[in-house]
Formats: sequence, structure tokens, C-alpha cells
Amino acid sequence: MVQKLDTLTETPSQTAGPYVHIGCIPSFAGVEGVYPEDLGLRAVEQGAKGETITITGSVHDGTGWTLRDAMLESWQADAVGLYPGQDGADPKVNGFCRFAADKDSGEFTLQTIKPGAVPGPDGTWQAPHIALWIVARGINTGLQTRIYFEDEDNSADPLLARIEQRPRVETLIAKKTGDGQYRFDIRLQGDGETVFLDI
Amino acid sequence: MPKWMPRMTDARLIPRDRSAHPVPRDPDYKTSVARSPNLPLLSMPSTLTEETGPVFGHGLIGALDNNLILNFSQGAAPAIGERILLHGRVMDENARPVPNTLVEIWQANAGGRYRHVKDTYFAPLDPNFGGCGRTLTDENGQYQFLTIRPGAYPWPNRGNDWRPMHVHYSIFGQGFGQRLITQCYFEGDPLIDRCPIVATIKDRSQIDRLVAPLDMARAKPMDFLAYKFDIVLRGRRQTMFENRPEGM
Ligand SMILES: [Fe+2]
Repeated sequence: MVQKLDTLTETPSQTAGPYVHIGCIPSFAGVEGVYPEDLGLRAVEQGAKGETITITGSVHDGTGWTLRDAMLESWQADAVGLYPGQDGADPKVNGFCRFAADKDSGEFTLQTIKPGAVPGPDGTWQAPHIALWIVARGINTGLQTRIYFEDEDNSADPLLARIEQRPRVETLIAKKTGDGQYRFDIRLQGDGETVFLDI
Repeated sequence: MPKWMPRMTDARLIPRDRSAHPVPRDPDYKTSVARSPNLPLLSMPSTLTEETGPVFGHGLIGALDNNLILNFSQGAAPAIGERILLHGRVMDENARPVPNTLVEIWQANAGGRYRHVKDTYFAPLDPNFGGCGRTLTDENGQYQFLTIRPGAYPWPNRGNDWRPMHVHYSIFGQGFGQRLITQCYFEGDPLIDRCPIVATIKDRSQIDRLVAPLDMARAKPMDFLAYKFDIVLRGRRQTMFENRPEGM
């Protein structure tokens, strides 16, 4: 026998299931009147500094089918790379947003501002990015990934640099489709599988 | 001033022990088969992105938000079912309480029916039950909900699968990398050991962590029973031996 560590083990995850909307975005699920509004409706408030952007996309399973039941959360820095809560951060940037795949089309939309670069490990800088967390029925532990931008310099990003198969880097890069418009599709499995993170 | 200063850091998240979690793909939970990545996750030490996260204030929480018996009718009429207090403590892997963190729950009604367009089970809706609640942990990481015990329900998976009675939990922690969704089961439910979603967790002792014991010390005579559900989130690595740039 050895001494006992006084650390605990993390509680295991379980799938968010098909009814995650009831708990997280009840108005979206049709449960009205419990809260004044759903949590995380806006990543930024009116007047947030920076370039206003809209990211649309969808989540596909291993057969190519588009999920209609996925819920996503995003977390990001303000236009100069400060996270809410850090000294000097833009008070109009909430940083956090919740959004769901459309019940019919499966499309999701994130309206926000483009974040600035943020410090990485060992004096590096991480290219502008938005952290994403995806939950749904059939996903047993929420999937972490990131959105980068094709019109930014991603060459020195320490996370992207770790991806061995270079074509897979593209799965984390939102494609510009118009002025302030980006497309970011997530593939859970198979061809073009998105790089998911353990971070 | 030197650019690199050794300092007591308390920031990097402890890497997630995936063996403590469900397997991503389990043929007995059919939906997981096409929704789980084929390729390994990309592992990397946490960064500011995962170490920071949204903070929610007390202004967010309404008086009835943690009372699922009354919050759908806004106090007008109570929900039907076995009245329970569901309480516990949120801690991190270093056994420290996680204060002021948002805990959200959702559940079926006493008959096992969710108030959701996608739920077509013929058990009736309760006109006074919505099925969601939220609260912030106090300075000691404690939280509580007053609710009704949810019913078990059938679901389309194998020929005759039923979910045990359960309450879904969503917990934030203090960094986006601590984000967790899980489910709370109830002591003594024979359906726990028959549930393919429970069985995605391969470590029996970890399954036991999701089963809330009856807690008669917190039950209120002639009013409600109590169940205790403690939650542990990822912790932060504590070390005196790490060089980090100043100001981080
Ligand atoms: Fe459920």
C-alpha cells in the first residue's frame, strides 16, 4: 500500500441528449416564461469594438447527414485579444455565446466580432480564434474545437502547428464567403473530419 | 527585470483523464456510432482560452429559478410528482470548492415526458412543469434545487430500452475548459444497470459517482425527500516550478 492522494477524479460526462435545449436554451425549446431570456444569446453587445462578423455552418455526422439537434457554445477574446474579466477588456464583449442547429436545416449562426490574437504558451501568440464546444445526442463527452480565420496569419499559431497531417489544419479555418461573412462546417467523423481537441 | 520569472502558478488545467469518462463510441448506444470522431483528439496544454470562461452574476438568477416545482407556473400551482431536494457541492480535482458557478438542470416530468417538440412519448405533459432550473453555487460550492423526481422513459435505441430516472446537469466552472454536462441518477433504480448510456462509462466506480444517495438528513418531514449529488470539475495544476512570462 502507498499513501493516499488527496486529489479527486473528475465527474464523468454523459451525453447532453436530445433535450439539451430545455435546460440551456429553454425558449428555443418552447419552454417559455421560466427565464426572461435564454442564456448566451449575444456574444457581443451593441458598440463592441472590432470587425463585426457572422459565421454560419452546420454539424455533420459520419454519414454526411446534418445534425438538427446539436447545441454549440463559443468563447472568445475581444478585438485586442483580452478575455472578459481581464483588465482593460471591452465591456461590450460577453465572449460567451450559445446557439443551436436549426431544427429544420441544421444551420447555425454566430454573430460576433473578430477576436484579436491572444498569448499562448512560452511567449508565443495564438492566432485569432474562437473556442467551440459541441454537444448533442450521441456525443458522450462534449467536443472541443476552434474556429480560425482564413484571412488572418495563422502560420505561427502553436495549436495549428501541432497538427501533423497539414491538410487537416483546414478543418479549423473558417472560409470567407463575403464581407464579414464566414463559413465553418464541422464534420464529426470520416472524410474531412474536424480536428477535435483535448486541451 | 528579467522577462521570465519563476512564480507560483495556478493556471494550467489538469489534463482530462479520458478513462474516467464514457467511451466516445459504443455500439449499444446507437447514435454514438456515427457521431464520434474516428481520429484521435489533439492534446495540448491549456491556454488562456481554456483557462478563462464566462462569469455569471447573481442578477441573472430569479427567485424561482432553482424551484422546478413552481418556476414554470411562476408560483401559481405546483408540479405533480414526488417532491425532492437535489443538492450537493461543486469541487475541483484539488478538492477545492468551486464558488459562484452556474449549474443548470433539465429533466422529464413525473411521468417521464419532456416539454420538448421532439418528445412524442404519450405520457402526459404536466401543465405546471417546465423542466429546467438554474442556480449559482455559494462560496462553499454548494447548490440546491427543489424539484420532482423525474419518471423513467422509453427511448428508441435497441428494442426495449428505458432511461433510468435522471436529471441532466450542465456546469461551467471558472474556465471554458472545465465545461461539463452529465446526468444524475437515483440510488436504488434497477434501470441504471440496464441503460446503454450509463454503460458508455466503462469504469464501474465512475458510474457510481453519478448515482445520488438518499439523504434523509436533508429531507424535510412531511414535505420532501433529499438526494445528494456532488460534482468534481477539472482542477488546475499547482506548481512552484514553472516559468511563465510576466503578466500572464
Ligand atoms: Fe433525459
